[in-house]
Amino acid sequence: MQAVTREILINKAAELLGNGTVDRVFGWKKGEFSYDVTPALFTTREAMDADFVFGDFCGANFSKYLVAETRKEGKVLVFLKPCDTYSFNQLLTEHRFDREKVYVVGIPCSGMLDTVKIKAVAEGIASVEDNGDRVTVHSLFDGDVTVSRNDMLPDRCKNCKSKKHVAYDELIGEDGEVIDSGRFDEVEKLEKMTPDERFAFWQNELSRCIRCNACRDVCPACTCEKCVFDNPDSGVENKAAANSFEEKMFHIIRAFHVAGRCTDCGECSRVCPQHIPLHLLNRKFIKDINEFYGDYQAGAEVGSRAPLVNYTADDPEPAEAVERSHHDA
Amino acid sequence: MSMKNIENNNETYRPLIVAFCCNWCSYAGADLAGNNRLAYPADVKIIRVPCSCRVNPTFILRAFQRGADGVIICGCHPGDCHYTSGNYYTRRRMSLMFSMLDYLGIERERTRVEWVSAAEGAKFAATMNDFCETVAKLGKNKRLEDLRCKQ
Ligand code: SF4
Ligand code: SF4
Repeated sequence: MQAVTREILINKAAELLGNGTVDRVFGWKKGEFSYDVTPALFTTREAMDADFVFGDFCGANFSKYLVAETRKEGKVLVFLKPCDTYSFNQLLTEHRFDREKVYVVGIPCSGMLDTVKIKAVAEGIASVEDNGDRVTVHSLFDGDVTVSRNDMLPDRCKNCKSKKHVAYDELIGEDGEVIDSGRFDEVEKLEKMTPDERFAFWQNELSRCIRCNACRDVCPACTCEKCVFDNPDSGVENKAAANSFEEKMFHIIRAFHVAGRCTDCGECSRVCPQHIPLHLLNRKFIKDINEFYGDYQAGAEVGSRAPLVNYTADDPEPAEAVERSHHDA
Repeated sequence: MSMKNIENNNETYRPLIVAFCCNWCSYAGADLAGNNRLAYPADVKIIRVPCSCRVNPTFILRAFQRGADGVIICGCHPGDCHYTSGNYYTRRRMSLMFSMLDYLGIERERTRVEWVSAAEGAKFAATMNDFCETVAKLGKNKRLEDLRCKQ
């Protein structure tokens, strides 16, 4: 269950609109289905009363939207979960928007639910009722199914890295702590496999990619106006991969381009219609960076120097580094 | 090593090696190797770059796509970069890139970074001989190949 309710957020937004602090409010409205929540802009209390929703499916990271939103006149209110604030800081570090044009209200988060996992327990979902530890799925074909809430969390929330907001103008509720939830365990499992097993694992995952580019489009670290994947000379521009080389090319380059800047927000894995575990690629880079060059969390503070645009005279040599990233070795 | 052991049993199999060499050191090192009549395999195709740091990780994938069996990057020794710090960035970038290739199950012996100065003709030849032999043992690059690009 989320610690804040729709009413609390609407009241806060109406107050800030009323006293002139902000001109617009970023929020969520219902999509086609109750679990299919869509980001929306509001300017009046009436509109919010009618359409604003908040609940377990409001996982979208709003930080990236601010790049386009802050080009408009006036100030915008945005509600950020702890993990979103890391992306927010990372974007500020990269000078992608004007901080003065945003008012951040930090909201606590107890993990958002994974629609894929919910769809796996019941078909034809009408609504989902959150009762704290358990959730009840009201469905058309399987009736009411009650399951443990924890089992319905996506990997990114199970392995949440922080309940602490690193940027805000105002907080609703208590701030949390940076937590250690074993987010590199899966990566380690892969590292321990043989190269053949790893190759087979990734071949199986990456060959499902349909190159919809959703992972790139949603990523708050991918804010280039012109992306390499839109360049017809790149050979991997907007089109489905022609063979297994192009699949790997796309995924290696996508992950590499955000290496050192990826905050591990998990949006890429969330939006992938093919359920490819993209976070396992990003986390590999994060884990390697931590091991080779010292712990670094992108977005933990504004203005920090990303590891790939930095160096020390005694960095490990590539051969040594690759060796070191093997725990079996 | 006998060439007969190679997986495809093709006696004429020679690996194709792409070597990105920094203009200020390794490229001159290759020249020196030649001047000193130090032999290294003709399978090594050298691409001259202004600095090892010019090598975009995409170049490595591209080289494999176009048929390379191994890719090596040679630059000035750390601290000796003509542009002060280029090779330090190369070192970080390639550490992460190679580690990622390894993570995807691509043989880690197919990629290498070596620091070779303009005075190290002998090291250049030895490095290339060793790298060619290592890659020849692995056989053809199958995991990062693009059949459309092969002759
Ligand atoms: S790569 Fe994925 S996890 Fe990393 S910042 Fe982008 S969307 Fe978030
Ligand atoms: S979101 Fe998934 S299917 Fe779409 S391009 Fe990314 S990895 Fe491929």
